[in-house]
Amino acid sequence: MSGRYPRIAMVVGSAVVALVLPRVIYSVLALDILLWALFAMSVDLLVGYVGLLSFGHAAFWGGAAYVAALLARDLRLAFPLAALAGVLAAMALAVPVGYLSIRRRGIYFAMVTLAFAQMLFYLVNELRGVTGGENGVQGVPRLLWGVSVTRPGDFYYAALPLVLLGYLAVYRVTRSPFGHVLAAIRDNEARAQALGYPTPRYKLVAFVLSAGIAGLAGSLYAIGHGFASLDLLHWTTSGTVVLMVVLGGTGTLWGSLVGAAIVLFLRDQLSSVTEASDAVTGAILIAIVLGFRRGLWRSLAALPARAVRRLART
Amino acid sequence: MRRGPRRTSMDLGYATLQVFNGLVNGAFYALLSLGLAVIFGMLRVVNFAHGAFYMLGAFAAYLLQLELGIGFWPALVLAPAAVALVGIAVERLLLRRLYGLDPLYGFLLTFGLTLLIQDGMRVRFGLQGQPYATPTELGGSLSLGAIAYPAYRLFVIAFSLAVCVAVWYAIERTRLGMVVRASIERRDLTRAFGISVDRWVTGTFAFGIALAGLAGVLAAPMRNVSPTMGAEPVILTFAVVVIGGMGSIAGAVVAGFAVGVLASLGAIVNPALENILVFALMAVVLLVRPAGLFGSLEAR
Repeated sequence: MSGRYPRIAMVVGSAVVALVLPRVIYSVLALDILLWALFAMSVDLLVGYVGLLSFGHAAFWGGAAYVAALLARDLRLAFPLAALAGVLAAMALAVPVGYLSIRRRGIYFAMVTLAFAQMLFYLVNELRGVTGGENGVQGVPRLLWGVSVTRPGDFYYAALPLVLLGYLAVYRVTRSPFGHVLAAIRDNEARAQALGYPTPRYKLVAFVLSAGIAGLAGSLYAIGHGFASLDLLHWTTSGTVVLMVVLGGTGTLWGSLVGAAIVLFLRDQLSSVTEASDAVTGAILIAIVLGFRRGLWRSLAALPARAVRRLART
Repeated sequence: MRRGPRRTSMDLGYATLQVFNGLVNGAFYALLSLGLAVIFGMLRVVNFAHGAFYMLGAFAAYLLQLELGIGFWPALVLAPAAVALVGIAVERLLLRRLYGLDPLYGFLLTFGLTLLIQDGMRVRFGLQGQPYATPTELGGSLSLGAIAYPAYRLFVIAFSLAVCVAVWYAIERTRLGMVVRASIERRDLTRAFGISVDRWVTGTFAFGIALAGLAGVLAAPMRNVSPTMGAEPVILTFAVVVIGGMGSIAGAVVAGFAVGVLASLGAIVNPALENILVFALMAVVLLVRPAGLFGSLEAR
């Protein structure tokens, strides 16, 4: 996307899409897509811009979801405040988890983050008195300072500004000087270190920021659905979001939106045909790894250029 | 409020019991992390599907019993062999295409495979766990001083240990192991000596998978046979692998048993903590020795 006008057109275009989306598909699915996309962007921020594949981001999505759901239900907090609390909780959790995880890289980083997320899963399951164990936190109200946003369609628009704020935050981080240092670390950590950047600190900050974004998405997801359950912390959740990122293409951000939309839409459509939604997810992942490692977004983005080249040749 | 009598002797019995429970858990960690280490060494793939193959091993034993009336002892050989055949297909058709790429792709692929296998088995067999009878020869309990302990679990400890030692010996001390180690360290050179490395890679993967299947058969009489039985053990084993480092065969085995016992001893305070302690141990190791107890920094 070079030049100024295409970018503005893209922002306006996507804002219009976001506004009319609930008219096209039902609003619960529409919000799910936007929130999973935000979740996927938080993972992409790490894998695409720092080169760290987190396989445990369910910890931040689900952890924040529990905090937000509990505060909204028991303290009757307005949902933006509950979501903010979820974000802060996710970031607080990410400090020790990130500090320990970034001591390893590559495949080990994936295993360590996966293990910590599973640890949180067990902990939340054990703390039944607070978290409800297998039942989760149910009956979460959607409050907005005295007003209860009961209709899902209304909640979509109520949550939209926060979601867009999340997108903007990720976008700004990747385009900032800080983001450029992250890219330098991704491309060659030793060189970034030699240039005088304390790379572990940069990685930790990126990890905590990413966890906060995942937390924002998870908090809104729990409040939107009216409950937080152990599913949100499950290892399959961490895997599904990684699938969305890889499907759309790492390091693109927009790809996360494409990936989330495809996976959720497919699952929604197939839920009437087959109950094996995990198997579908698994099959897509295998196909992507074998055939479209650059991600669909990049493969699709490359199509017009290739078509033009072919036309020029004839 | 009246205090009860000090239960020192009984606590000692409980501690002994927990040591043996820990050894049983360790037996599974060791078999699983041994398989992971062998596969990672040869293929540079962290096999997420290890838990799925463990589950398939248990199901193979269960189905052999149900459909053909074949009991535990033959199943101990037949089930891992059957799972290894699936492993050969997976290596030939899928993993082979990813060699030379970032190991993360192998991890993603085997993750997808896990979802596919696990969900497929769920659709076919349901989530309900199926019971598998303990072999009659090992039905009773043995007296170990203060406590009586199920004979089958003692067998699991001894059998796993024997398999681990045999594998270690085969890889470190025999000609067969020499070829494997040569293929790992200098693939091209080994190929130049006329050794068909590709075939050894397939064989190594199948062998690692067979170890997972074997662990599954051993687990069948202790845990219900269900499609989701493999997911948690494999994630716990990843923590064990991070603790031990994936560099060495002996390291995987020692770390497996050590983590099992330490977590079980910790669980004396609160039984619910057992699995959480495995991850806590991983956190401590990451803090003190990031490369893992037996790993080298080079392997980061």
